[in-house]
Amino acid sequence: MQRIGVFICWCGSNIAATVDVEKVAEVIKNEPGVVFSTNYQYMCSENGQQLIKQAIKEHNLTGIVIGACSPRMHEATFRKAAEAAGLNPYMVEVANIREHCSWIHKDMEEATEKAVILVRTAIAKVKLNAPLTAGESPVIKRALVIGGGIAGIQAALDIADAGFEVDIVEKNSTIGGRMAQIDKTFPTLDCSACILTPKMVDCAQHEKIDILSYSEIEEVKGFVGNFSVKIRRKARYVDETKCTGCKLCMEKCPSKKGLNEFNMNLNTRTAIHIPFAQAIPNVAVIDASQCLKMKTGKCGICQKFCDVGAIDFEQKDTFIDRQYGAIVVATGFKPIDLDNFNEYGYHDNKDVVTSLELERLMNAAGPTNGVLLRPSDGKHPKVITFIQCVGSRDTSGCGKPYCSKICCMYTAKHAMLIREKYPDTEVHVFYIDVRTPGKNYDEFFRRAVEQYGVDYIKGMVGKVYNENGKLMVQGSNLIDNEQITIESDLVVLAAAIEPEPSVRKIATLLTTSIDTNNFLTESHAKLCPVESPTAGVFLAGVCQGPKDILETVSQASACAAKVIGLLVKDKLKSNPCVAMPDEMMCNGCSQCANVCAYGAISYVDKEFRLGGGKTEVRRVASVNPAVCQGCGACTVTCPSGAMDLKGFSSKQIMSEVEAICKM
Amino acid sequence: MQDVTTEKKEFTPTIVAFCCNWCSYAGADLAGSSRLTYPANVKIIRVPCSCRVNPMFVLKAFQQGADGVILCGCHPGDCHYVTGNYYTRRRMALLYSFLNYMGIEKERTRVEWVSAAEGARFAAVMNDFVKQVTDLGENKRLTDLRVKEGE
Amino acid sequence: MTKQERIDNMMRLSGTDVRKCMKCGKCSGRCPAFKDMDIKPHQFVSMLGQGKIDQLLESKAIWNCLACMACVERCPRGVAPAAVVEAVRDTVVRAQGANGLKAEDIPPIVDEFIPQQLLVSAYRKYNK
Repeated sequence: MQRIGVFICWCGSNIAATVDVEKVAEVIKNEPGVVFSTNYQYMCSENGQQLIKQAIKEHNLTGIVIGACSPRMHEATFRKAAEAAGLNPYMVEVANIREHCSWIHKDMEEATEKAVILVRTAIAKVKLNAPLTAGESPVIKRALVIGGGIAGIQAALDIADAGFEVDIVEKNSTIGGRMAQIDKTFPTLDCSACILTPKMVDCAQHEKIDILSYSEIEEVKGFVGNFSVKIRRKARYVDETKCTGCKLCMEKCPSKKGLNEFNMNLNTRTAIHIPFAQAIPNVAVIDASQCLKMKTGKCGICQKFCDVGAIDFEQKDTFIDRQYGAIVVATGFKPIDLDNFNEYGYHDNKDVVTSLELERLMNAAGPTNGVLLRPSDGKHPKVITFIQCVGSRDTSGCGKPYCSKICCMYTAKHAMLIREKYPDTEVHVFYIDVRTPGKNYDEFFRRAVEQYGVDYIKGMVGKVYNENGKLMVQGSNLIDNEQITIESDLVVLAAAIEPEPSVRKIATLLTTSIDTNNFLTESHAKLCPVESPTAGVFLAGVCQGPKDILETVSQASACAAKVIGLLVKDKLKSNPCVAMPDEMMCNGCSQCANVCAYGAISYVDKEFRLGGGKTEVRRVASVNPAVCQGCGACTVTCPSGAMDLKGFSSKQIMSEVEAICKM
Repeated sequence: MQDVTTEKKEFTPTIVAFCCNWCSYAGADLAGSSRLTYPANVKIIRVPCSCRVNPMFVLKAFQQGADGVILCGCHPGDCHYVTGNYYTRRRMALLYSFLNYMGIEKERTRVEWVSAAEGARFAAVMNDFVKQVTDLGENKRLTDLRVKEGE
Repeated sequence: MTKQERIDNMMRLSGTDVRKCMKCGKCSGRCPAFKDMDIKPHQFVSMLGQGKIDQLLESKAIWNCLACMACVERCPRGVAPAAVVEAVRDTVVRAQGANGLKAEDIPPIVDEFIPQQLLVSAYRKYNK
């Protein structure tokens, strides 16, 4: 027999002013199953909790109902109190008679009547509650970082410094990412390589960090604290353990016509190559689509010259399986393709470049050794026009609807650097708005205008065309209400940035959500900005939204803090309100597994007794309680009614409905 | 002003509202803490996600004498459980058109998206829904007569 | 008609949402007839948004617009400045009670690559 105790809270006058709490407690006393009913000024107070604990012990209660504020407020408080008194914490139900009753009604009689119904509903539910125990799962003390750009590097270093093993999986042959391609950084103008490469070296030398370059994520199984990841190590045709990075092979390779991706295809590289001088790991890689030996079978010169015998044309992709407790996604970005913007003549004119290309043209390690020469004829450009918002803030479908955030600042940086290095150069910038929120950011932009005399034009470019070898940039000057044409030698487009396209596959593998722009969704836009909605998966850098280096590093460190907080735990407690199939009813149809957003449901073959000594093996659903988040989608989908949700069972909700309707 | 002397009381519908724990229930809490009023005949049942609401629950409510059923969840794309409310949307579209076919006016049923920040919207939605159901009058179609016998 | 109704009517005629404009000026940057227009393409959008329709109706630019649709093509926000110009032009023509276009006037051979709007506006312009 159930022995229910009911506790009605006054909440000072918050409830008592509109609900006759004594009457509610009195009426409820006569409910079947209720053996104790009382009211008190503040149930959540120390004394109120004491009252509850005492009543549980004295009356040997099997379940309690608290008529008080929203369960979102104090459910945890009352559960703890119940547990302290020896009652299972999940035998507690809260009737919300404050937010859903006393605060919204003025008439006392009406509010009291409603409060009684709400308490009755909670009683109906608690009668069907079952004691639940939170499950525990072990935590594997190793983290995976996907992406080896500055976000991945920072996250990995912070996690490793706390003493945990970290693997960085990078799809390219070296870590470093986009930041390695950049020349200078705003707002301080310090050299990107000078601040990045020491961090790359730290990663390589850190005993807790394992860099898996030229590798990709192939498969992810498991759940928070216990992910199992299959990693594809792509064949680089060079033995990583033997190669010393001497670059002799690069000197000898006869196939020199490959486009150099690291230099944004502005020059060429050999088939066997190391992307840049400070690459980590400093190991060559062979581009199989370009290598003569791989294509025709004749060559192998690099193999002949390699002193350590590192080159292996027979190498195949290999797979490794590793276990992780947490995963950081830091896949980064790329500039958008400009195919939809032929008005700027990017594909028709060599001297129309993107900002990232300009970055390489100004980099000492770039194709022009840091001398700003235009790609068409290698001459110094005298008039340079920048166009901002190329594809950003575009809702017409050609570009991206969001602001790429970094372009205003890097355009100001480029304009400033050019005016400083080549003061005889004229620099124009077409802008829609200049957006420079951030410490010392607006000051930086103003310096470009006031100190370096960069000509900022409020307006947008309508077309760029070539006239007798000159680039004519026709645009509007809205302040002067004019249409102007600027004869330029070089045009720089601030192309919008978008998440690295491979993130879509990774999002699917991790069952984490992704928005229409391919940005990964954070758990809460303000309060959980680095957590993904999938427990144990964290987001760093541009994969979550456009951001600059400073913000990326901050977010990466925040991710690391969250990962460390997870990995220091030995066991994780899970929410016990999870789905649970009735194996006798389950017919193994897979419908529930299809709707599960978390991949918590799998199928197992189980042997069932049929009677008469016969048995039958059937395929039935099995829920992993550590992965299940308890949404209940599967319970409704199940055609045989086998699936139910603990704590919110169909019977419980049905009885609540009944209690409300039978007035 | 209720006239207590007349025997027949003014019709007040019974309305069951299913609210998801993360958005709509919190929105209802916010309506409360902002002291926004809506009729007392709306009773809220907390579910973890709108997708936990089995069409059976809705049928049960009508059978037990409810005059209207409203289901509230997070806005599309904002579901705490990623895709739960999309399932809800599809299921309820089917169920409600089926109920309509059976003679339960589609105005008695509704799916609304209310976020945790939309207390005012929650109250407005409830006021509007109660008015709509009150105008329709009592639901007799599915009611199990045994339920109302005692009255 | 009240002024507001006239404004609403012109917005409806244009079929474009002027509030989507982010004032970048790309329309005026591209316009081939910019120099001949007393009111510039971006101003058409902005002035309709502000309800300055009397000034728009007096504009000479509606007869200079080529209806080439370059502004529509290039607008990053999906606003159609040429449609606003067309709406003003329509309003002026209707107010004059002289619809210059008659079906039988259309030459039997029409080049399919000519934008229809160009034809329409050309007829209106030269039939006056």
